[in-house]
Amino acid sequence: MATASEAPAAPSAGPGEPRHGLRIFLIWLPLALIADLLIVFVWGPHLPPGAMSTSARSQQVDFIVLGAMAAPVMLFVLTYFGYALIVWRHREGDDTDGPPIHGNTRIAATWIVTSSVIVLALAVYGTIELWLPAGAGAGEGNTPIWRPSGGAALQVQVIGQQWRWTYRYPQFGGFETTALVLPVGENIQFNVTSLDVIHSFWAYQLAVKADANPGINNVAYTKPLHTGAVQVRCAELCGLWHADMTTSGVVVSVAVFRAWASATETQLAALTRNLPPYALTYDANQIPQLGKAFTAPPPAGAGLSGAGGGYYGGQYPVQP
Amino acid sequence: MAIEIQPEKAQHPGGRGPGGEARRRPWWMRPAFHTGIVGGVIGYLVGHWLGNFLASGYSQVQNSGQNDLAIVLGYVVGTVGWLAGLGVFNDLLRQMAGKPVPVLEEEHAAAAGMARYFRYSLDHKVVGIQYLVGMIAYFLTGGLLAMAIRTELLSPSYHVFSSATYTAIVGEHGTMMMMMMSSVVLGPLGNYLVPLMIGSKRMAFPRLEALSFWLTPAAYLVLLSGLLWGGYPFGWTGYAPLSVQATQGADSYAVAFGLMGLSLILLGFNLVVTIICYRAPGMRWSRVPIFVWANLTTGLIMVLAGPVLVGGMYMMITDRTVQTAFFTDDLGGSSYLYQNLFWFFGHPEVYILALPGFGIVSEILPVFCRKPLFGYRVAAAGMIGVTLLSFFVWQHHLFVSGINPDMRPLFMLTTELISVPTGFIYLVAMGTFWKAKIRFTVPMLFALGMYFNFLIGGITGVFVSDAPADTTEHGSFFVMAHFHYTIMGGLIFAFMAGLYYWLPKMMGIRLNQTLGKIHFWTMFIFFNSTFLPLFAVGLAGQPRRVYTYARNLETLNDWVSISSFLLGVSILIFLFNFVMSTVFWRVREVSNPWQSRGLEWQVPSPPPAGNFARVPVVLSAPYDYGDPGAQPVADLDPPAGVLSAAYAGAGVEE
Repeated sequence: MATASEAPAAPSAGPGEPRHGLRIFLIWLPLALIADLLIVFVWGPHLPPGAMSTSARSQQVDFIVLGAMAAPVMLFVLTYFGYALIVWRHREGDDTDGPPIHGNTRIAATWIVTSSVIVLALAVYGTIELWLPAGAGAGEGNTPIWRPSGGAALQVQVIGQQWRWTYRYPQFGGFETTALVLPVGENIQFNVTSLDVIHSFWAYQLAVKADANPGINNVAYTKPLHTGAVQVRCAELCGLWHADMTTSGVVVSVAVFRAWASATETQLAALTRNLPPYALTYDANQIPQLGKAFTAPPPAGAGLSGAGGGYYGGQYPVQP
Repeated sequence: MAIEIQPEKAQHPGGRGPGGEARRRPWWMRPAFHTGIVGGVIGYLVGHWLGNFLASGYSQVQNSGQNDLAIVLGYVVGTVGWLAGLGVFNDLLRQMAGKPVPVLEEEHAAAAGMARYFRYSLDHKVVGIQYLVGMIAYFLTGGLLAMAIRTELLSPSYHVFSSATYTAIVGEHGTMMMMMMSSVVLGPLGNYLVPLMIGSKRMAFPRLEALSFWLTPAAYLVLLSGLLWGGYPFGWTGYAPLSVQATQGADSYAVAFGLMGLSLILLGFNLVVTIICYRAPGMRWSRVPIFVWANLTTGLIMVLAGPVLVGGMYMMITDRTVQTAFFTDDLGGSSYLYQNLFWFFGHPEVYILALPGFGIVSEILPVFCRKPLFGYRVAAAGMIGVTLLSFFVWQHHLFVSGINPDMRPLFMLTTELISVPTGFIYLVAMGTFWKAKIRFTVPMLFALGMYFNFLIGGITGVFVSDAPADTTEHGSFFVMAHFHYTIMGGLIFAFMAGLYYWLPKMMGIRLNQTLGKIHFWTMFIFFNSTFLPLFAVGLAGQPRRVYTYARNLETLNDWVSISSFLLGVSILIFLFNFVMSTVFWRVREVSNPWQSRGLEWQVPSPPPAGNFARVPVVLSAPYDYGDPGAQPVADLDPPAGVLSAAYAGAGVEE
């Protein structure tokens, strides 16, 4: 890759010239080691999106791996730049030019091979991380190829519309609620769809994100590992009140969830009959009937409030 | 190499007609900016009337009494009127009528004064300056909108703007920056410098060149007029069901983006043809300056990606006006179609915004390191590699959208692969630094700032390209911070480097260096202080384009907002320096202040009309610093026989 006028290879310095390459390496090595240790052991366990679900945990590991790969590369460039700017700066009164080095095939080839190996490794790693935790919580479209193992998942349909989220539980008669309540330790299958424009269902603590497209069923999987509150936001600009399209969800124990779901199913039976029958997608003409779901009372002690508790009234939310 | 071999007579684009009488009209009768405005207003009224005549019976924007066809036709015919008023079609019509096309004496008579900058000028140096002033104006507009955004985000709950105003501002800022800034380097610096750097007297298509510029004010005004309609609520991406439903502001978005797409196609096409066909003898591909390589590759992306954008905008317009259903799922269309079309343009667009920056910093580095560019071929190959790969990565914007999810590993791979050729600019920089004599001039400081910022932008790009991690990052402030690091931190810093470096060439005057250093340090510090915290804000769960956010993120957001205001102050310092230096102080600069070997620096500053008295013969590569045996870069007054010999494909070897 070097030009024809090959200059002396960079590391072979003249007499009296310090070995710049070795120096840069020796400055870089401890910095890189310290940075990687900090990222893996100190910073890593606190990195978002936490460890509340399988997908969150896998993404946290992913961030750690990417960070541990990126930090040495970044530090190498910065160390080199810092060294160069200090050591090879222009001295007052020196009007000569630098040595005419046009290139160095060995160094260029090393750089290209190293960077290619790093990115190929990252691509392979990323694919595995996508595969093993069943799609890593991302929307997989209508026919997901990466599914969780271990029996049928709890289905939760997420319906986005301007500007609220509603949830239907088809395994409990298809009742509809504005409260996202999930059992801990069970595989969850989110079927995300929209009634009007494109939204994006983002359950932050669960590290689930799936676009809600009108007329399309977008499936995402996760498995909650701990109980606790979940913030749901919209991650795709969907119009005026995009920022307010939030609900709180909650992960509760399996027993609490079953009790809540059965009670709600019974309580809402009359309303559910008036809803369009459960389907993976809905016709836009049915929009008026949907989205008027009764706000089911949250399970006792779950601490559900705010947007999940009927925050929006009427057709449009009032400005908070 | 196809070049003009008769250097004696300067090329007048269009040629002087045999009976080309010089007709002198009073200034207000000559086509210029003001006649353009008159034409634009008349055109808008005619188009608006026509649209109402055609469509007011069947298509109305809800609750407004307007119809979209009238607005769109108003914009389109208004743009045609604006161009007609500027005189864009005059020569064309004369030729169609079989009349000789005169190069009016008045054009050259006026060529000395300021008036030429307000006219449809065919001189690439005039167009370059026009682009420069235009781009700075567009950039400042976008920057003001950005500070309005940050003002709103000072508080998670208290509101300066209504959500409607805020969303409109976000959309205008994004569109202004992404579409108008896509020619921020190729427009001013490319048009001005490429002919000088390759030893040509002009661009290949001067009329297209002028047209590509004069489309930008039209696009700018059409885009801003969206605010008068109440803006549009869909950001710069314009995802389909929302944009098809939106009110009148969406028409201004689609027309403006389409016009700018047209301008990009013309600009890129012109540059590509010029670089391929108008190189001086001896300007072999191995001697083409790296900035010209950046222009060539960026121009190629513009030519190939631009039509997809124009097509997408055209579909959106027909969806909105004559009720085609390209993007309506119910009627056989698909909202995914728009996303694919948009990002098939939109991702190459990102490299339209990155490659020119690579070109500028790689061009500047050897001059201030006083060393040859390390790995010239690697640098050029990297740009070509980025160009090719940029068309195969667009679906990484759709990782969570549900489109063909099994293809995510493929797009993850292509996206991560593109970091290999992108990384070449760092290899080239680090190789050039080796045992260099680095001079910390203002352009060099900005170039170094670009390398620092783009390093962060590039490394976080790997985070975003990783599909599992992208699940959390997608649509959050993390992505927003990432691309501001690559575009603002990369492109705009490189643009500033290029400006401080080449303005002495373009205007013959020097920007104040002390103010330049203050500008650099404030911009560098406050840029990083603005955007670095936004990575954390994004990972903490703040989605993009929200006017209200979680309370626990208020401290970080306030920090960012205040930094962004200070960043605005640093841009004001630049503006002050630019205006004072170019208009009032006007300190003359020697013709080659940086002792550069670039061909553009071998002619006086500013270059005379026609750039070179005779077509130069290029003798050596532009970066042979420190080589005592290096030939001068070019023979500016070659002996008579050399040019015809070169044209025959012989001679002029070293």
